[in-house]
Amino acid sequence: MLNKTSLWKLLLVLVVVGASALYALPNIYGEDHAIQISAGRNAQVTEQMITSIEAQLKANDIAIKRTEFTDGKILVRVPDSDTQLVARELLQKQLGDEYFVAMNLAPDTPKWLADLGGAPMKLGLDLRGGVHFLMEVDMNSAIGKAQEDLVGDFKSALREEKLRYRSVKQAGAGVNIQFRDQATLDSARFFLRNRNPDLVFTERDGLVIVATFSENRLKQIRDYAVKQNITIIRNRVNQLGVAEPLVQKQGAERIVVQLPGIQDTAKAKEILNATATLEFRMVDQDNDVRDAVNGRIPASSILVKDRSGQPQLLKKRVMLTGNHIVDANSGADEYGIPQVNISLDSKGGSKMSQGTKDNIGNPMATVFIEYKSTGERDANGKLIFEKKEEVISIATIQARLGSNFRITGLDSPKEARDLSLLLRAGALIAPITIVEERTVGPSLGAENIELGMQAIQGGLLLVLVFMLIYYKAFGIVANVALIANLVMIVGIMSMIPGATLTLPGMAGIVLTVGMAVDANVLIYERIREELRDGRSPQQAIHHGYDSAFSTILDANITTFIAGLILFAIGTGPIKGFSITLMIGIATSMFTAIVLTRVIVNLVWGGRRLEKLWI
Amino acid sequence: MQLLKLNSTIKFMKLRIPALVFSTLLILGSLGSLAVNQLNWGLDFTGGTLIEVGYPEAAKLDQIRQQLDRSGFGDAVVQNFGSSQDVLIRLAPRDGVKAVEIGDQVMASLREAGQEVDMRRIEFVGPNVGEELTEQGGLAMLTALICILIYVAMRFEWRFALGSVSALAHDVIITLGLFSILQLEFDLTILAAVLAVIGYSLNDTIVVSDRIRENFRKIRKSEPEEIINISLTQTLNRTIITSVTTILVLLALFYQGGALIHGFATALLFGVFIGTYSSIYISSSVALLLGISKEDLIPEVVEKEGEDLEPML
Repeated sequence: MLNKTSLWKLLLVLVVVGASALYALPNIYGEDHAIQISAGRNAQVTEQMITSIEAQLKANDIAIKRTEFTDGKILVRVPDSDTQLVARELLQKQLGDEYFVAMNLAPDTPKWLADLGGAPMKLGLDLRGGVHFLMEVDMNSAIGKAQEDLVGDFKSALREEKLRYRSVKQAGAGVNIQFRDQATLDSARFFLRNRNPDLVFTERDGLVIVATFSENRLKQIRDYAVKQNITIIRNRVNQLGVAEPLVQKQGAERIVVQLPGIQDTAKAKEILNATATLEFRMVDQDNDVRDAVNGRIPASSILVKDRSGQPQLLKKRVMLTGNHIVDANSGADEYGIPQVNISLDSKGGSKMSQGTKDNIGNPMATVFIEYKSTGERDANGKLIFEKKEEVISIATIQARLGSNFRITGLDSPKEARDLSLLLRAGALIAPITIVEERTVGPSLGAENIELGMQAIQGGLLLVLVFMLIYYKAFGIVANVALIANLVMIVGIMSMIPGATLTLPGMAGIVLTVGMAVDANVLIYERIREELRDGRSPQQAIHHGYDSAFSTILDANITTFIAGLILFAIGTGPIKGFSITLMIGIATSMFTAIVLTRVIVNLVWGGRRLEKLWI
Repeated sequence: MQLLKLNSTIKFMKLRIPALVFSTLLILGSLGSLAVNQLNWGLDFTGGTLIEVGYPEAAKLDQIRQQLDRSGFGDAVVQNFGSSQDVLIRLAPRDGVKAVEIGDQVMASLREAGQEVDMRRIEFVGPNVGEELTEQGGLAMLTALICILIYVAMRFEWRFALGSVSALAHDVIITLGLFSILQLEFDLTILAAVLAVIGYSLNDTIVVSDRIRENFRKIRKSEPEEIINISLTQTLNRTIITSVTTILVLLALFYQGGALIHGFATALLFGVFIGTYSSIYISSSVALLLGISKEDLIPEVVEKEGEDLEPML
């Protein structure tokens, strides 16, 4: 008998290995140190800026590799990390606060390859250096705040319904409402239950109703607290000049923040912990803005610039501060005109109602206040923060406002979204604490890559030599499969968007190299056995592959199960390890069973053989 | 080239009682050490702060300790890490101080004297996070074992499943025991390594079990013990070669992977030895003890309905 490969199998192997090799290719080109310039809220990056940026860098003797303009961002590639640091500082100073100047690693992938979607593997923080924070949202205070709102809400609702209560208090996990008589209690319970379907009401001795949050409502409160914090952190991370920050929810109440390439972790922490607040003030219409700009600011007013840089004259008295905002959402009214819906807590609602009562028809300004670091330090080494005020919206009060109102007159849905985001950022309902921090300095990152590469090369070389000596001609086949396996792992890792290579991941690759040959060893030992049993070479090849197949499958599936569980349960380094392990198992099965069979059939399968070099 | 030229069957199972005794002793010793010495839990599990710094020339540990003592970090553990220039500083979690700032404070106190110190790594883990991780790790291990038990029971037979899972538990306990006796630090990467040991040992065990199953079907006239011996002999070459290639790459990791990967490589190197041994002696011995027999592995011949009838046409 002869061993032949069907054409489709041959094509499959060629396509799969070829595609993996293609997508593994960008890793050879590596990455450039680069500086990425993007625009802040009020600025725009244009292609014309390139010339002036290049001229400025040249004037300061900073070497540039290449400058590119894509998607409203300018990317300046420089030869090394020292140049990158200097160039970033210079450009940030030149361009000012309106632009984000971030350090970045830009893939140096040729255009034709990048057009096909090719990009190098993403490196984990342990390989490229950077900070990883795990932050925990303080859910107790989020729930406490919600209870506080409930107290006020109950009081005003009961008063409106003329249901007399003795007291409404926060107590433990709920809110206690005490009444004077059973009849009022019963009707109040009926009324409140209908009004608040997401609360659970229970009656207790002493004419008390206890209101607690339903599971659903608690989940909402938690989700909202996390979401709000994520929004705020994203906003602040932008100030840090990190090109590819990651801000992500982890579990029910934690947030992961990863800032690759950050070196000054103290600064990062201070900025992340900085506060932003919001104030509502009336616009001062009695005095002239131009006079104020010229220096004659009335004692009861202040000058604040708006987003386009125009100064606005506002009353000094703050009508309401942002910590009363419970929620802010962007949407559209019935005519499709963008608007922002704002909910205030009960205290804020009554303040707003008081403040707007006599001001119907007058403009009200929303001021966003941020504490931005200046990058300089005081005598104690603490960063100096500068208070930055900005008018983010001016709206005319149409009616007396309560706890729920909306801002209209916005130009676009995008503006509505931005405004609601800023409004939410101004009112932090649940503080966050850092529960885990991992910082890897850039030198250690580079060293880790080098060590990992050495280990992979060393391990690979040892195994290649061993297989060659032990299985001779068939050893070469196994070695081709092993190298193809490595290329496939790299190719697939580069293709999967979420996969990052970490140091444990590299260890996983090394381990895969050692264990991948197992499938070939199983097949070859089987072929030898068949030869010993007196079968012809061609039959031995055929039976060797066939009977080893189910063994290989079972062994790999069980190992894959272990990898899958590691992936599902583990975090951080364990996840990185399990990803490479699982990819390695899948690719090694393909290369060891299918690829080697194709090669063996091509070389030995088509002719009569007396002897096999195995 | 052939590693072992085996013309006759090796009587592996003759040694099964001594092997079981040996393994039992190892397990008892490991459990004893785990109870007495416990594991040297790393930062990932205990919480606390870890700072790795690099000096341009060999670091003077005493001087660093004094510097830290002056800044109020008297409880810091200071040791070399990987090389004489690299220093690892560990601090236990403490109350009252913002844990997040400790790392920066330590760096500031080291730089006070104007020395050139390179910050290589700062890790801070809150105490609660550590507790959760310990729970998660244990859970991961348990889930892995149960899932594997179910898969092997389905694909093979429950006796094999119990045999292979006891081999895995054996490997895990003894590897943990080694870390406890030598007081090597047990962190997240070691946990990953232990789970990789499970994967490796399982791979081995499945290959052996597969061959045993095949031989039970093929060789009709033999005692179970004899069949297991034949199967182990047939797979011995493969067992050894795969161990050799894996050990080769692990040696590369051990010597070239750097200090961070050292523990990982140690755990795996040891695990490969113990896993190879257990797949030969533990899994098949247990299956044998549980009374594995030919009938359990030969698929039942299903009698087709109407088979004995004449075909209609």
